[in-house]
Amino acid sequence: MTAAETTTQGGALLVLAILLPSAGILASFALGSRAAERIALGSAPIALVIALAVLAEVWRAGRPIVYTVAGLSPPLGIALRADGVSAVMLLASALIVPASGLYARAGFASPPGGGESRKAFTFWIMLQGISAALAIVFVSGDLFNLYVALELLTFAAVPLACVEGRAETFAAALRYLLFALFGSIFYLLGAALLYGAFGTLDIALLAERIRPIPAVTAAAALMTAGLLAKTALFPLHLWLPPAHANAPAPASAVLSGLVVKGSFFLTVRLWFYVLPGLPAIGFDAILGALGSAAVVFGSVLALRQPRLKLLVAYSTIAQIGYLFLIFPLGSGLHSWTADGWNGGVMQVLAHAFAKAAMFLAAGLLYESLGHDKIAKFSGAARAMPMTFLTLGLGGLSLMGLPPSGGFAAKWLLLRASIASGQWFWALVLIVGGLLAAGYMYRILAPALTSNAISLKAPPRRAGEAIALTLAVVAVALGFAPESFFQLLDIGRPALMTAGPP
Amino acid sequence: MSASTIAGFVGSGLVGLGLYALIVNPEPLKKLLAFNLIGSGVFLVFGLVARRGAVGAFLFDPVPQAMVITGIVVAFAASALAVALMLRLADESGCIALDPEGGTRLDDGAEDT
Amino acid sequence: MTLFDALDLALAAIVLGVAAWTIAAREMFSAVVGYVAYGLLLAIVWVRLYAPDVALTEASIGSGVTGVLLVAASTRLRRLPAPDAPPGAALKIAAALLSVLVTGVLATAVLYLPNPAASLAPEADRHLAATGLGNAVTAVLIAYRSFDTMLEKVVLVLAVVGVWSVAPERFWGGQPAPLGPAAPDAALVFLARILAPIGVVIGVQMFWVGADDPGGAFQGGAILAAMWIIVMMARLTEPPPIGSGWLRLALISGPAVFLLVGVAGPYMAGSFFGYPVGFAKPLILFVEAFMVLSIGVTLPLLVAGPPSREAGQ
Repeated sequence: MTAAETTTQGGALLVLAILLPSAGILASFALGSRAAERIALGSAPIALVIALAVLAEVWRAGRPIVYTVAGLSPPLGIALRADGVSAVMLLASALIVPASGLYARAGFASPPGGGESRKAFTFWIMLQGISAALAIVFVSGDLFNLYVALELLTFAAVPLACVEGRAETFAAALRYLLFALFGSIFYLLGAALLYGAFGTLDIALLAERIRPIPAVTAAAALMTAGLLAKTALFPLHLWLPPAHANAPAPASAVLSGLVVKGSFFLTVRLWFYVLPGLPAIGFDAILGALGSAAVVFGSVLALRQPRLKLLVAYSTIAQIGYLFLIFPLGSGLHSWTADGWNGGVMQVLAHAFAKAAMFLAAGLLYESLGHDKIAKFSGAARAMPMTFLTLGLGGLSLMGLPPSGGFAAKWLLLRASIASGQWFWALVLIVGGLLAAGYMYRILAPALTSNAISLKAPPRRAGEAIALTLAVVAVALGFAPESFFQLLDIGRPALMTAGPP
Repeated sequence: MSASTIAGFVGSGLVGLGLYALIVNPEPLKKLLAFNLIGSGVFLVFGLVARRGAVGAFLFDPVPQAMVITGIVVAFAASALAVALMLRLADESGCIALDPEGGTRLDDGAEDT
Repeated sequence: MTLFDALDLALAAIVLGVAAWTIAAREMFSAVVGYVAYGLLLAIVWVRLYAPDVALTEASIGSGVTGVLLVAASTRLRRLPAPDAPPGAALKIAAALLSVLVTGVLATAVLYLPNPAASLAPEADRHLAATGLGNAVTAVLIAYRSFDTMLEKVVLVLAVVGVWSVAPERFWGGQPAPLGPAAPDAALVFLARILAPIGVVIGVQMFWVGADDPGGAFQGGAILAAMWIIVMMARLTEPPPIGSGWLRLALISGPAVFLLVGVAGPYMAGSFFGYPVGFAKPLILFVEAFMVLSIGVTLPLLVAGPPSREAGQ
């Protein structure tokens, strides 16, 4: 048994990253919706500083930073651990959440004169709830703590899906809630089995103690099934399109960009950090196959959508499929594993920024045109050039065209797929890229015609700037230097750090 | 057969029963009931794990029991949120259906030309 | 087979039977009543598993408060048609196969858990003296894994916001609907008047003794919540408007005090959420007292639901 873990330098930052939005929620609840907006936006720079500090410390130390809460080490206590991937995801969250918040100021303002607004109260508190939940997801090292994080994420995301208050939003939110509850209870069941087998729920300790016994196989299957439902992987994706399409634009940006990545992150934690000691059972191939089906299915459905927001939502389903290629391509002890891992993480980041940008742009379109029916976009690009530039750049990343983060991700995954001889995934990547080009063409082609179009209202400059910035980040990820991938390597379980880069 | 083993079978049975009801019942309130059944089955698994943790003079392992208490409270909160959504949905649409196409046929008020 | 074994098997059979009846019942109301009975049977199962704290929580929250919630929901939804087509045979067979598979996998996993079981009971006991507590479960909840519990309290706050948020815009700030009928039964009113003060005392007592014996903040808070629900059902008092300042403060007092004590941890004990040795028990009881208040206020509000009258009425 290894020596008990202790807190490392900078560990307190991890606790602060979680406590800051939590305190914000409590203060917002007591003080009302106007205060909630100020607290949510005011704490964003602090959250960003904390995320950058975590990143700097992980980079400086070259190893994960750890914090044992209450000074108690696992197995009895809870340990928070941030490795390279955690730090990067924390930073992404610290950028995308405030961006959506700034975009949302126009639509979720409190009435002047001291009154409280239902929409504002709900939105600003739930936004902080998502911040807090994601912070826990990215840095917690205890599976039950992560269960609480998953519930926090669900309780924050579901009311956002129906904050508009229309009938179809309630149906979508209820379906979302039921799927999410199914997901978390089966996750919890698997955690119960793991505790029963090994007497701890700490990720690092479990990794040491894991053995191929029936309880572990059952736990792996149950937890994965639950997490797949929350991540909306085909065939458990039914809840996502109505929920994300009917939510207001800034909520959709966060839901598609970050919230679904939370449960995906946990799936990665489970398989790469807790379970790698297991002999290959074929789960990797199953996850890859489901991901491939999601890519094709989601893209084809996206092609058929008459409304932009639904198209973008189905595109999310397709892009989530790419994420699951990290399992067949990034696991094991091979020369291509680093490519698979880096490609998967890059895809998470690129999609988060690109999709958030696209949902915000779709929101701007809806505000300016009064609808989001693609058939009636003729000439809209001339009237709203910045918005369509945003859609174009975001689409660049989704298609996987250079230069963009999406291209970098696909390139790495392609390289891994070819090097490992698993040609099928390469085919999926190429076909997916073509289909994405198809639906992007559907959006952009009519808009780029020179017809005249009348706008209900000019697009908000601030909103356009925010959306464009996110899209530029998605593209800039394609220029990530080598040190970025070295950062992602910090804290990766030893089983995967073999082989030349 | 010890109490823990029996609890294990009961827990497994409850999870199975709840899962069947969750998939098969179209009414959301029944799905919620099924979810609560699954939840209690999961908690029973934690319970038998806690009882198996009886070593030496200790009759149980307190950690899984604490997790169950947390879980029961969270499950209640989830039920409350689900009920609130169901009641509001019923008020708005006059029926309780999780219509799969409902969210995609959004009338956004724009004219159809 | 000893008498206890036979009783255990009988109890197990009854629990599974009531559960099956609950899902098979056609009428929603019958199903919910079955669920409440099922919850009480489960409480007995928990006692057999040597988990009195869990039994108390299951009886009060899992079966009691959830039961009130579901009964109220089923009453309001009963009059509405369910337009969805009943499931076809193919879906039923597929679901049945999947359920049998999951049950089998789970039962196998549980049956073949390693022996001897890895347990944290000895280590939990080792640290118990430092906390000054006698109840190990309370120690896990408020001392060893207090981070989880604090975050769970935040989850409850989000649940309240979520429930409130589904209200129509015009009702924001108003009161939720009354919990009881316009002319409540005289017996109910009498029971509420007698029971509520006794219940409050029992609830506080349960929280207080939870430091050393079965009980604690959740169980005590649940009893206080039940008393307030009964009083509201008897129309002796009405749900407060959601914009009320004291209500909001009461709701966040638990998690807020918990968070503040946790943040003070590095100064007191060298680590967030740590307690200084020698002063741990008073601090723990202090935090728990506010948790009792929060839980006692949160649970009835979750049952009462979103506001349904305009503010100021």
